[in-house]
Amino acid sequence: MSAPSDHSKSSPLTTYFAVWVALLFGTFLTYEVAKIDLGPWNAAVALTIASTKALLVALFFMHIKGAHERLLKLVVISTIFFLFILLSLSMADYATRLWS
Amino acid sequence: MADSQAMVETASHAAAPNPALLHHFADPQQQRDAASLGMWIFLGTEVMFFGGLFCSYLIYRSWYFGDFAAASTSIDAALGGTNTAVLICSSLTVVLAIWAAQTSRRGLMLLMLVLTMLFGLAFLGIKGVEYHDKFVEHHVPGASFSFEHVPIPGQPDQYANPHHAEIFFALYFIMTGLHALHMIIGLGIFSWLLWMAWKRRFTPEYHTPLEIGGLYWHFVDIVWIYLFPLLYLIDRHK
Repeated sequence: MSAPSDHSKSSPLTTYFAVWVALLFGTFLTYEVAKIDLGPWNAAVALTIASTKALLVALFFMHIKGAHERLLKLVVISTIFFLFILLSLSMADYATRLWS
Repeated sequence: MADSQAMVETASHAAAPNPALLHHFADPQQQRDAASLGMWIFLGTEVMFFGGLFCSYLIYRSWYFGDFAAASTSIDAALGGTNTAVLICSSLTVVLAIWAAQTSRRGLMLLMLVLTMLFGLAFLGIKGVEYHDKFVEHHVPGASFSFEHVPIPGQPDQYANPHHAEIFFALYFIMTGLHALHMIIGLGIFSWLLWMAWKRRFTPEYHTPLEIGGLYWHFVDIVWIYLFPLLYLIDRHK
């Protein structure tokens, strides 16, 4: 019981509203930066902003930060790992089909 | 021997201060952790489920980039951006509802749950407007699909291949449609949470359903955070 109450004592409302503002700003930034020609970097920038936003939601709204259950971190990390395998191996296949 | 042990256990549980603690958990913390771990494992399967769709999107986008850009530019990005902001606000009201439950503010908790559902309904309404536009423009894959003489962004002399654009719209409707289905299920979950909150079932010690439902809602938000730039903002600058 002591761990979560310590966590919530450090003023969660400030964090929540700060994360909310950051997420709204990220959305605005995504929208505006899409209108600028960055060549091949447009997609990279959009995905970087999206991943930063997703990380903020996961860490502060879904309380991964401050989670004391190690199994939970294992589940989250292995989820990201298997998603990475799915995307990277599939794209490696399609990107190299014309090589032979 | 076994009987006396059972009696000791019953006695110790009768003395337990929290009636919400189920008998097979040692303490409330373990009960909360087990519930949240179960939800995270479910969300892991959801990530892989949406991941397959994102993967097929990436493959087709790399093959037919110009056609995808032409099809993506035909969608109203302002509606998509508004919907992103609406979902982010709903995620804020979810954490505020949980905070209100933790600090015994019943009125605030009920208000935040209602606001969350209103944001969810607003999202679906805006999505409905967007789908309506696509129906009117014959951009829904099928017999009446039409995407003739639409120039590829940055290459005004070259038209997009309608068949390739149809693949984009198929992915668009499947991915946003599945996301909208998750929103509808989320609204069902939150109606139930609102009912439980109304019936005074949540206390600072026990509000696990709120936290678990919140995890689901935030996950649906994260999926949208990726869908927005990938579906609405391809090559907008040209």
